[in-house]
Amino acid sequence: MSPSYTASPFVGKTFGVTVANVTKKFGQTAVLKDVSLEVKPGEIFCIMGPSGSGKTVILKHIAGLEQATSGEVKIGEFDAADPATRNKVHLALVFQAGALFNSLSVYDNLALYPREHRECNEAGIRDRVMHALAILSLEKSAHKFPSDLSGGMKKRVAIARALVMEPQLLLYDEPTSELDPVMAATLTEIIATLREQTAVTSIVVTHDRDLAFNIADRIAFVMDGRIRGVGTPAEFKNPADPIIANFLNPVIDLKNPRFQQLENSP
Amino acid sequence: MNFLTAIIGHIGGTLLLLARTLNYLPTLPRQRARFIEQCYLIGYTSLPIVTILSFFIGSVLALQSGYSMENFGAKQFIGTLVGLTMARELGPVMVAILIAGRVGSAITAELASMKVYQEIDALTTMNIPPERMLVLPRLAAIVVMMPVLAIIANLCGWYGGALVSQYTATIAVDSEAYFSALKAYMKPKDIMDGLVKAEVFGFVIILVCCYIGLNTRGGPREIGASVTKAVVTSLILILVLDYFVTKALLFS
Repeated sequence: MSPSYTASPFVGKTFGVTVANVTKKFGQTAVLKDVSLEVKPGEIFCIMGPSGSGKTVILKHIAGLEQATSGEVKIGEFDAADPATRNKVHLALVFQAGALFNSLSVYDNLALYPREHRECNEAGIRDRVMHALAILSLEKSAHKFPSDLSGGMKKRVAIARALVMEPQLLLYDEPTSELDPVMAATLTEIIATLREQTAVTSIVVTHDRDLAFNIADRIAFVMDGRIRGVGTPAEFKNPADPIIANFLNPVIDLKNPRFQQLENSP
Repeated sequence: MNFLTAIIGHIGGTLLLLARTLNYLPTLPRQRARFIEQCYLIGYTSLPIVTILSFFIGSVLALQSGYSMENFGAKQFIGTLVGLTMARELGPVMVAILIAGRVGSAITAELASMKVYQEIDALTTMNIPPERMLVLPRLAAIVVMMPVLAIIANLCGWYGGALVSQYTATIAVDSEAYFSALKAYMKPKDIMDGLVKAEVFGFVIILVCCYIGLNTRGGPREIGASVTKAVVTSLILILVLDYFVTKALLFS
């Protein structure tokens, strides 16, 4: 499958994102600590970091699903936490597990947004949905239900659903997790092609080094709720920071004393 | 103190959900399909159990009252007792309990699983308010279906009582006498009061179940916890509201 995103109906403004001094606490636990980021319009910006470092929480703040304890998040000039911003910015979030509506078929999952927003008639909706399904080679799955799909197909449907929204800001949460290398490469191509053809600002939260190095304009590394570094993929290939270097190029040491202990255990 | 704060917080949250939902009331006509689907799920699929239970509740009521009233020669009033009890109290309360256990639990489970599996977050990012798409059609459906179910429960209970009164040898009150006693002392207000109670119970149950479902946090285990919480809260609210609504209706 190769992506061929052509003749996109989306021609519009794209937005930059500013995260300014955001701290987020759940109870007494600070998950984000004074995080600041600047994503330029049209950029593919990857957020990397170990599990539990706060990457997805940053994404949820941008999507308006979480409110910062202090600091602010802006999409263009609009406050991301303000529900009214969703009337001004077409924002789509591709969730890690897809978050498809289980009671709706694939077709209806995609048709929900234009139907609810009365953006066009049923024929127009059908064109948009089938176009998005075609991009992701999902035409034959249109009438299946999410429970009948594999993990990879669910991810593709989630991306197709995002495309139908004609987004001006596209957020991806771990788009290549749980995918085989071929499907991961395909999704990497799709994300890059989408940006190329629509100039949509894309923010990608990922563990996947190959994905980030192949498509990112810039990468931010998050550790323990703080931004540890921001730079281009070229800069991240040989990072000066030993923690980032160890995350991106982990050394597998079978002589590690921990493994020795396991070996000697009864 | 924390418990009290939590209760006040939940009452505030529920009222906020109601206010947000009512804000989308003008969108109801274009959500006809969802409204009809909910009427079917809440009303039509509850009919068999409402029919069976209310029939037997009316029957048992006639049996018990026939046995007791015979002792002081008042068994000709069985029809009045069954009629008024079903219309004013047992009909609406029983239907409300059934709705809480059958429909309320299903609604909470559905919304809680949508919340846990991020479908509600997906709706929010798509700028589709969950109150509009998920809560409004359910509230509208219960407003329409609850009086219908209560009327059916009343009729089944009355006929159950009539059958038992006629065919139980120790009671032996024929249907004609039973229904003339029922009609003699029953006023339209008695039936209307019962329907008002049913309406209040149904509305509160669905609102509370939606609120608890939409506010589920955590993993799949919390879905079960939310369902239990919704059903227990609904049952408590039915009985508490029953007292206050009855008092208000009796003395209004």
